[in-house]
Formats: sequence, C-alpha cells, structure tokens
Amino acid sequence: MSETPNFKVTIDNVSIEVPAGTTILNAARQIGGDITPPAMCYYSKLKNSGGKCRTCLVEVSKGSEKDPRPMPKLMASCRTTVMDGMEVKNITSERVLEARKGVVEFLLLNHPLDCPVCDQAGECDLQNLSYEHGTEGTRYEFKRRTFEKEDIGPYISLHMNRCIMCFRCVYVADQLTDTREHGILERGDHAQISTMLGKALEHDYIGNVIDVCPVGALTDKTFRFKNRVWFTKPLDAHRDCPTCSGKARLWMRGDEVFRVTARKDKWGEVEEWICNDCRFHKKDAKDWVVEGPSIIPRSSVIAQGHYAGNVGTTPSPILIDKVIGKEPKFTLEIHNISDVNKPEIDLSKIEGPAHSDDFNKK
Amino acid sequence: MGVGLSDAICCFLVLKMARKLLLENDHIEGIRYYDTYRKNGGYRAAEKALKMTPEEIVEEVKKSGLRGRGGAGFPTGLKWSFLAKPDGVPRHLVCNADESEPGTFKDRYLMEFHPHLFIEGLLISSFALGSNTTYVYIRGEYAWIPDILEQAIAEAKNNGWLGKNILGTGFDCEIYVHRGAGAYICGEETALIESLEGKRGNPRMKPPFPAVQGVWMRPTVVNNVETLAAVVPIINIGGEEYAKIGVGRSTGTKLLSVCGNVNKPGVYEIDMTCSVEEFIYSDEYCGGIANGRKLKACIPGGSSVPILPANLLLKTAKGETRYMNYESLNDGGFITGSMMGSGGFIVLDDNQCVVRHTMTLARFYNHESCGQCSPCREGTGWMYKILKNIETGKGKMSDIDLLWDIQRKIDGNTICPLGEAAAWPVAAAIRHFRDEFEWHVTNPEESQNRNFGLAHYADPIHVPAGA
Repeated sequence: MSETPNFKVTIDNVSIEVPAGTTILNAARQIGGDITPPAMCYYSKLKNSGGKCRTCLVEVSKGSEKDPRPMPKLMASCRTTVMDGMEVKNITSERVLEARKGVVEFLLLNHPLDCPVCDQAGECDLQNLSYEHGTEGTRYEFKRRTFEKEDIGPYISLHMNRCIMCFRCVYVADQLTDTREHGILERGDHAQISTMLGKALEHDYIGNVIDVCPVGALTDKTFRFKNRVWFTKPLDAHRDCPTCSGKARLWMRGDEVFRVTARKDKWGEVEEWICNDCRFHKKDAKDWVVEGPSIIPRSSVIAQGHYAGNVGTTPSPILIDKVIGKEPKFTLEIHNISDVNKPEIDLSKIEGPAHSDDFNKK
Repeated sequence: MGVGLSDAICCFLVLKMARKLLLENDHIEGIRYYDTYRKNGGYRAAEKALKMTPEEIVEEVKKSGLRGRGGAGFPTGLKWSFLAKPDGVPRHLVCNADESEPGTFKDRYLMEFHPHLFIEGLLISSFALGSNTTYVYIRGEYAWIPDILEQAIAEAKNNGWLGKNILGTGFDCEIYVHRGAGAYICGEETALIESLEGKRGNPRMKPPFPAVQGVWMRPTVVNNVETLAAVVPIINIGGEEYAKIGVGRSTGTKLLSVCGNVNKPGVYEIDMTCSVEEFIYSDEYCGGIANGRKLKACIPGGSSVPILPANLLLKTAKGETRYMNYESLNDGGFITGSMMGSGGFIVLDDNQCVVRHTMTLARFYNHESCGQCSPCREGTGWMYKILKNIETGKGKMSDIDLLWDIQRKIDGNTICPLGEAAAWPVAAAIRHFRDEFEWHVTNPEESQNRNFGLAHYADPIHVPAGA
C-alpha cells in the first residue's frame, strides 16, 4: 500500500501538513484556536454529515500549488478536502465573517429563543455560535414558525421548533441502528424531524440522538426540567455494560445522578456511543465507578461550580482558599435561594420528566 | 394580474423560420409514431453513429460546440469527456426531463410531439458514453408524457433500436422512464440522482461530481432533453456543420418557450442570430405585445435569471443591439445583462406589476426549497414575507435594503444553485425596478388599486461617449 502523501495547507496564515483527504475543517482543528471554523452540522463520527448549516464556510484564496486560482464561492470547510499548497482564509476574510453572520441570523430566524426553559441551555452550540458570531437583535418581524408537538416515546423529547435541521440525528438513526424509523418529513422551511410515522424511537442506541443534537430539539425526558446543566457536575464514570462500552459521563449534584450522557471531546463530539440502558436507567451513583471530574473548557458555563478533584473524597486544596482564606463553596447552594428546588423533593428519583405537580405536592 | 406562467395554456405555434434542426419535421402529421418518423429520415443518425466509435461521437459533439440546454450552458462534449471510466463499473446516462422552471416548457414539447427524436438522441448518447441502462427522470406533473415515451420506447425496441445487441454492434441499451413526485429541486442533477435512487430529493454535496460518482455511486452523465435531442442533428450533419449555425460560442439552434403578454406564446426554434427585438415583435415569432400594450420587462431564460427592463432588454448598456444568444443576453453581466438560461422567455407588458411578479417567484422558491441548508431554507421564506408586505401596502422603505441584504447572504452560500435561483430574481428586480418598490411603499393605498405602469423603463439609455 502506498503511503498517503502529506499536503501543506495554510489557514489564516498558519501552515500545517495534513494527509491528503483531510478536510479544511479538520486541518483547522489540528491547528486549533480561533481559526477553527464553527460547525453546527458536521460530526466527524457520522458519515456524510456536514455541508448543510453553512456556518463553517471559508474562503479558498488559492486552490492549490498546481491550480492557484481562488475558488469563486465560499466553501463548506467540513466537506472540502485540502489540496497541496492550498491557502484558506477564515477569520482573516471579511467575506467569511459577513456570510457567517448571515448564516447565524438565518439559523436564529425561526428559533424560539426559549433558552430560559430549554434543557440544552448552557451546553447549546447555537447559543455559543450566536454569542460569538451573531448580532444582538433581529431584523425578522414575522411570526416564528411552529410545529405541532410530536411524542416520540418515553425517553426522548422532540422539540421541533428549536431544530436547525443539521441532520445529525438522522445519520445516527441511519448509521447506528438497524431499524430506521426516524427521518425528515416535508421540505423547505417546513421540513421536520419525525418518526415513520408516529412511532416511538426504541432502538438500544437511539438515545445518542440527544448527544449529537447541537440544540435543544432532542433532549433527555428523564432529565427534563430537573436541573440546569451548570448546576450539575460532570464526572467521567464507567460500568460493566453488556450492550455498550459503559464509558459515560454522569451529571451529578451531591450524590444524585441527574443525567447520564456519552463523553464528549473538545469539539463537543461523542467519544463512544452509549446505550439507552446506561443513559436512561442507571441513575444511581452505585451503578457506576466514578473515574473523576470531566475536563470542561474554562470558557464553558458548565465550568462554573465545577472544580477538578476527586468526588467522594476531600477535594485537594486549591490555591483559592489560601488567597481568600476560606473554603470555596463546592456548588452553588441553590436550595437556599430558590423556592422551586425544594430539598425534600428528590428530583433525580422522579421517573420521567419533572412536572409542576411534583413541586406542588404537600 | 400576474404573468401567465402556467404552461398549460400556451398554444403551440411553431412557424417556419431560418434554420430548424429539432423541429424540422414538426409539420408532419404522426411524426410522434415510429413509422412516420422512420420514413422521414428518423434513426438515420443512429445508424450512422453505431458505425462510429464512441470516441468519434464525443469528438463530433465537442466539435459542434453544443452547450447544455438545461440552463447552465456548459459545453456538452466537455462534460462527456469528464466521465470517469473505471473498469468493471457500469456507467449511466440520465436524462433530466424534470422541467420545472416557471416559464420553461420546451422539453415537454419535444417529448410530447417528437419522442422518437428524443429516444434516438438518447440511444446515440448512451452508445457514446457506454451507458447500457439509461434513465429518463421526468417531471411528475407531466403525467401523460411517460405513456408517450414508453410507447415510443416499445416501438423502438420492436424495431431493434433498443435492447440487446443493437444493429449487431454488441451494444445493449435499455431506457427507463422514471416519474418524479413533484419537486422543483429534483431538477438539480444531484437531487435528481438521489430521487432516482429512491431517496429524498436533497442535492448532494459536490465534489464528488456525478461524472465520478453519480447514480448508485457510478459514473453518470446528466443531460437535458433538448441537449440529447440535439445530438441527432449533430450526427446527421456533422459537428462542424452544426457549429456553423449561430454565432461565436452560441452554436446550433435553441428552443425557446415563450409565455406572458405576447400575441403568440409557444415554442420556437431559433438559430441564435436574431435580435431580441425581432424575436418579440416579428410575426415569425412572438408577434408583438398582446392587446396593443407596451413591453415593460422580460425574463429571457426562465424564472431564475435576472429580469430586464425593456430598454436594457433590446439594447445592451453600450447601446448595441441585443441578440438571442448566450453571449449577447449575458452582455453586461448581472448589472445590465441577464442569461439565456433554459430558454423560458417570460414577457411582461406595462400593466404588470414587477413587485407582485417578484413576490410570486419568491413564493415559488420558498415552496420548492428542500430545507437542507440554512440560507435557502430560512432566507427564501423571509424574502417572500417581506415582498408580500410590500406588495400589499404594508412595506417599509428599509425593507428594500433588507431584501437586498438577504439575497446577498443567500447567493453563493448554499449547497445547490436553488439558492442563487431564488436570490437572482429578487436582486435584479430591485436593481432595475427600485422605483416601483419604493412607489409601493410610499403609496400603500394607490398601489392596491393600480399598477406602476411603464414609467421610464423603456426610455432609451444614455450611453456615455466612448463607452
């Protein structure tokens, strides 16, 4: 077998050599930092994903060493492979920034902006994207598009109004499960994620659609309305699972497991798919062997209240208590300030989504 | 109000003119059927082509300078030569008969009245490309045409033009007609391929191009109906002879489907040497504007190409006569020119409202967007809603600039050309008819009762000296 040749590509004046066949986006990810284009639909673990959201558009100012002509249109960096000598402009191109701003505006056009009641808030790619590349305010003066609510089963909540049509969940359903019962209905601005037809999603691995969803369109019903993600602490844990690798991430508050997800890498992509059993049914800390706190980027809102250290043991002394002379609070004591989260109500023990009845119980 | 976009009402008046290749035998009764077609020189080109090598046929098509008749105008011979030919992998020819562009109905005429000419073109092209299984993807709304084509295919097969070992050459070819389910987007070649494979008709990301990975990931050529039919006269008279018809890089003849406010809407075959003025006003073609009204604007190549006001349609910005061919219609680029496109010639008289017309097109593209990529999915609907506001007297002055900004952010940023197709008509309407949009905003009540009229849109254009 011949070796794959290395191609030199220059992105925003930073050069890197990558094997032929690498996409511009992946080359940029190897360089890292600000020059990595944002990606809302591309998912390296899902074949054929990408190209749809258009947030990763870049300008190819030089096609290759052999054919130096620039590409006339902006290219989707997630689906364009590098050529030897290619020069790419991302944040150094006015055109790109302008187009990206346009795409963010388009994505938010019909988005309900219901972040205050959305379970995805805090770990939402669309929030991050809007924060970095969007504008405050909208120029859209019309009624936002809404869809009829569809129940897709006991575990997954579909909130179509929030969907940005990245197609990731369709690829998960298609590539991870052998029973394809999930896809797109209708077209244009009325295209919607749906089941075929009115069926519940029941496959062992279908819970992974929640993790790949960049927005709050697909959320975990067993976690619904129980906590904000930034009040919970992510811990890497594993268990001996007969179905999947059992390597998961627990989202805990105190000793309670509120939510189980797959572990995600620094690009927000799942490292290993986990099964529904691990995700939805193992909500007891005793089910798991905790490895330690997950690494969360400091820029993430989840990092607030999340300190690295071993859970269950005394946290190792950190600099701050020497500075301020007292113990830092481990988590924000929400119970002290909130009327909603009553300590006597054990939210993580509630089967299915939390409901106002749970809080009004005498 | 509104232009008669519906092709159903157009009567087909095809008259004698300079040089005809495709509609040469249009006057012969029963040319639809095999016997009559054969008696009048039909399948002569196929006989000739099957004695040639595939490479010679491709060479002949290259020499002819034939350009794709579906809208983009890409040289057909060049497209054919890009077809990958890996060993042991079947190749396919797919005919794009999903003619859905508003104002375009030329392929329908060919398939309905000259099915054998079309099939002969398919056969020769299949032989040239090595396609043993050839597909015709036909627009679902053309519900009666698959029957006509299948009848013609059966006739051709009975007479040994299709099937196994055609004319003893060892070449096998089958043609299948596949009906679409009513989506404009399936006229985009990769969406067409997806749909043909039985999937949702979403355009694919390119590359890979169909010439490398098309139907079932096999090398595929997708050509328009008229393009494939034009291969027949090219083989008959030879590529060089074909290239002598027309001007410059606009060779051969082109079918135009005319609709709107003209006296004689219909399908015409032109040899690309007549001027736009002659085409609209001569009795040989459109016969002038209907009901004694005046020409206001025209979309010369199907609904997605830029609309032009009368003054820029008949003369270029340099003051030269504009002709009906690829180059002349494009003279001035998008600033003062338009495109030949698919040949859907839509004429608007002085009683038509450009705002309403643009809104109608925006609604169409909004309805036909596949929903795959964000700018097109969200932007087309937004443009339609704003245009609807302006048209119904609820618009604001800032809406016009907003429209301009939206179309700019869609144009070029989408997966497939539908984004551009939606953006261009809006851009051109604002570029050339901004006063009419502004008049709608400043006269919200009056604009509901009367049209803006011709205004200055037919006034001669001042050409600066030395331009």
